[in-house]
Amino acid sequence: MNQGLVADVIVIGAGIIGAACAQALARRGLRVLVLDAGLQGATAAGMGHLLVLDDNPAELALSQYSLQRWREQAPGLPEGCAYRNNGTLWLAANAEEMAVAHSKYLDLQTQGVACELIARNALRVREPELREGLEGGLLINGDGILYAPATANWMLDTAGIEQRRARVSEVDGNRVCLDDGQWLSAEAVILANGIQASDLCPELPIEPKKGHLLITDRYPGKVTHTLVELGYVTSAHNATGPSTACNIQPRPTGQLFIGASRQFGTTDPQVEGWMLAKMLKRAAEYMPGLAQLNGIRAWTGFRAASPDGLPLIGEHPSRKGLWLAVGHEGLGVTTAPGTADLLVAQLFNETPPLAAQDYLPQRFLGEAVYA
Amino acid sequence: MPDLVLDGRALRVAEGTTVAAALALADDGCTRTSVSGQRRAPLCGMGICQECRVTIDGRRRLACQTLCQDGMQVRTRA
Repeated sequence: MNQGLVADVIVIGAGIIGAACAQALARRGLRVLVLDAGLQGATAAGMGHLLVLDDNPAELALSQYSLQRWREQAPGLPEGCAYRNNGTLWLAANAEEMAVAHSKYLDLQTQGVACELIARNALRVREPELREGLEGGLLINGDGILYAPATANWMLDTAGIEQRRARVSEVDGNRVCLDDGQWLSAEAVILANGIQASDLCPELPIEPKKGHLLITDRYPGKVTHTLVELGYVTSAHNATGPSTACNIQPRPTGQLFIGASRQFGTTDPQVEGWMLAKMLKRAAEYMPGLAQLNGIRAWTGFRAASPDGLPLIGEHPSRKGLWLAVGHEGLGVTTAPGTADLLVAQLFNETPPLAAQDYLPQRFLGEAVYA
Repeated sequence: MPDLVLDGRALRVAEGTTVAAALALADDGCTRTSVSGQRRAPLCGMGICQECRVTIDGRRRLACQTLCQDGMQVRTRA
């Protein structure tokens, strides 16, 4: 470490992405300072669903690689991280969605993702709480869940990482200015602060997408897999207006997480009754017994979405020394290990474990202006 | 004067008594056992905190918001 530097690397944001990057760097022997302002984010609000998504090859590559890394790390995670490899069961409500399930099945099989098609009759054997008359499903065996805030804390509890509660007011390449006016320098600065990233870099095309979540009282044994409607792919991901999709996740405590909603153009964290109602109604269409269960908390969070749904991972092309790990939308918990590995490989000028091209910030910010 | 059953024990309470109050009269005052095995009791008393979840006639209710009814089966232990 050079004289005058507070650390080798400064990471802005102690969510799952910043924490994964910090841990990967610390494990390489670097000294890392993690700054977090304690603002509303995605990590503490989300479901902690670890899932392979295949909307495009780059999303599949990053999520598949990351899932593999989570499974490798799982035995070393403390119990509080609540990791479970319970699989995702995508639900097809009609023949059209079943055709989507089938085509996904073929694609994922080709890519080496373990999955099985579940026929209409077998569906309620696997998940008796589902309503009758669903067409079938696609089970992604390697998917899982974890408790993201505890996992981020576990990552940050690595030798070589120092954490500080501080709000960054300005970034200038490899220097950051705190809101008390103090400038801190390092060899590199990593921006991993989700929807707040565009406060420091207004040129970043990051848009907040609000989501609601509800958690129930404990009802152990009702649901085994994370249940997601296939309409999630066709409606929620591609819609421009407010949307909901059935997403029911069993927690190890026996509680159920109920999602999901998406809203644009707002940063108001207020729980909105009409949206919560719409979301719960949708989930109850798939699992009618939900209506008899007690919800005990509801809250919201904000996904940091990029225009193409892929994160920005790499050095900022016009701010030398500033590295980006932002724009993960709803997939940040899943893709944190892959993001960290990609970023660290680029920082060390090594060959990354998967092609970095599709995630480079250059696709939005133009080519590098420095040599 | 409703007659109810708390964890298998019969209890008669005054009209208008909440389940939370009945539990305080008859038992340890707790409504459930937490995921880590601790007993949990009513806290806010106004239906907000969700601490006083209790099983009444097979359904999960809030003890502080539920009045005792004749024949109620209240269960606080698994």
